[in-house]
Formats: sequence, structure tokens, C-alpha cells
Amino acid sequence: MKILIVDDFSTMRRIIKNLLRDLGFTNTHEADDGLTALPMLQTGNFDFLVSDWNMPGMTGIDLLKAVRADPKLASLPVLMVTAETKREQIIMAAEAGVNGYVIKPFTAGTLEEKISKIFERVAG
Amino acid sequence: MEQTIVESERLIQARALVASLEAGNDAEATRIIMAFPENVEKDLFQEVGRLTRELHEAIIGFAMDDKVVQAVQHEIPDAAERLAYVIELTENAANTTLKAVENSMPVAEELLHVSDKLAAEWGRFRGRKMELADFRSLSDDIGAFLTLSNGHSKILNKNLSEVLLAQGYQDLSGQIIRRVITLINEVEEKLVRLVAISGSTRVQKVQKEEVIMEGPAVPNIEQGDLLNNQDDVDDLLSSLGF
Repeated sequence: MKILIVDDFSTMRRIIKNLLRDLGFTNTHEADDGLTALPMLQTGNFDFLVSDWNMPGMTGIDLLKAVRADPKLASLPVLMVTAETKREQIIMAAEAGVNGYVIKPFTAGTLEEKISKIFERVAG
Repeated sequence: MEQTIVESERLIQARALVASLEAGNDAEATRIIMAFPENVEKDLFQEVGRLTRELHEAIIGFAMDDKVVQAVQHEIPDAAERLAYVIELTENAANTTLKAVENSMPVAEELLHVSDKLAAEWGRFRGRKMELADFRSLSDDIGAFLTLSNGHSKILNKNLSEVLLAQGYQDLSGQIIRRVITLINEVEEKLVRLVAISGSTRVQKVQKEEVIMEGPAVPNIEQGDLLNNQDDVDDLLSSLGF
């Protein structure tokens, strides 16, 4: 399972990376915004994308739209992990095709629950 | 007050008009009539003039105010600097904490792993299911584990102390942010006075972006329709068919 973690704060990337490792996902890679992430996704054969929303360069929502618009990446599961809690934004992410939405600050339990839920649905 | 002065002036003019008409003084009557609209305009111009002067004085006062000058020249750039430092402090603290945690996890895992193995052997010994040779090796393993756990406990202790000390950022960043809040309040007070004089009727409409990112929810700040916790987010998403 190859996972890309996209967040502009290195500490948050590190926290997510550690939590994922505890859940048994050791093959994780990092990018600091959508612009860096997109080419990595296009060539890297990733199985899962965890992305923040608010980032300089290219935001998470734009990255999500770009992923869904790319025929090669369209079915990639995407989990949004963000401090954005506006109703309007969550609906927007849902409409753009997000697979899960976790708000910061979050617990290891929440992250695990959302990730396993996504994989269940992808498998089923 | 001003209203009654204006009215009495008009009354005087009206009386003068009637008097001049009764006296057959056409020239005087015409002059009085012609003066009416001019008066209204004059009042308007006087009012605009007064407002302009007050605004001008307020701006001059604003610019001359020592506190404002101080704020603009030093404290606002300082505040930006201070806030940047808060980011640095919190980042350092997070990195220190993360490093200590990352270093501790394998240590705790090794203790768990070795103690699990020893517990199984110990169970065999207590159940009298162990040969003498195996007991000798168990005895050696227990000795080695005591040394290992001693060293590992010291490492964990050191890492936990680092985590503890790293929390000092909260105190420092709190103090810095409180100073910046005080400055913002002072400048806001002055600006409110200025806005009150100039009138706030011409509030420009801000072009609304498609979705404005709110960032982290901050207590006691109006941020629109925010959801409070993960449960609310889950409820919303399940209502959307997730």
C-alpha cells in the first residue's frame, strides 16, 4: 500500500506518517502542496492519498478535482484531513468526490476508522 | 437647536418679504426671494465644509497621535515579527516532541516484545514443564532483560523529559500573542473613531470568493456555518449519501 501525504506543515505530515505506520502502513511519501503532489501521483503508482485543504500553491480541493479529472487517477481513494470545518466546504469536497473527511485536531482512532471505512467501500 | 435658528431666520426673511411687498418695495422683495435657495445651498455647503474639517482634523489627530505613530512605525512590524516567532516556537516544540516520540516507540516496542517472550518461558518454568538446561538459558535471558529494561527505562525517561520541556512554548507564545492582541485593540479603537466621523454609509461590497477558507475554528469568533466536531462532519456526509 503506497500512500501520499500532502500537507504544507511538516509536523502534520510527520504526525500522519507516524499514525499510519502504527496502523501498519509503512510505505508513505510526502508532498507540501498540490503542485508537488500531482506529478508524484501521476507517475508514482500510489494507492491512497491523504491531503490537507488549505495549502499555498495548489489547495487540497483543487488537487482532488485534478485527481478526479485525470482518467488514470480518477478512482484513487482520497482522504481529506483538514482544519476547515465550514459546512459549505465539506459539501464542496463531497461533491468533488472525496472518500473521507477528517477534521483537525483528530485522534488516531478517527484516522484508523475513516481509512478502514474507505478500504471496505473500495473493496466492496 | 440649529433647526430652530434656521426656522427663525426664515421667519425673519418671510416677514421682511411681506413688509417690503406691503411697502411696494419690489426691488427689496425680489432680493429676498432670490436669497432663499442660495441659503439652502449655503447650509449644505457649510455642513459639507464642517464634516470635511472634522474628518481632516481627525485624520491629522490620528496621524499625530503618538500611540498611532508608534504603532505604525514600530509595533505593527514588531507584531508581524512576533507572530512569525510564534510559528517558529510552535514548530520547534512540535519537532522536538515528535522526535522524542519517534525515538521512544521502538524502545517501548522492544521492551514489550522481549517481556512477552520471557513471560511465556516463565509460565513454562512455573508449570514445571522446563528442563534444567532451558532454565539456565531462561536465567541468562532474564539477566539480559534486566539490563535491557534498565537502559530502555532511562532512554524513555529522557525522551519524556524532552516532551515535558518542549511544552514551554505554550507559555511563551501565549505571552507574545497577548501583546499583539493589546496592540490590535488599541489601533481598532482609533480606527473606529475615525470611521464614526467619516460615516460608514459607503461600505464597499467585498467581492465574495466561491468559498472562503476559514482555517481552524477559533472560539468566540464569527466564522459562518462551522461544524463543531468529527461527529457533525460524519452526520453531514452520511446525509449526503456517504
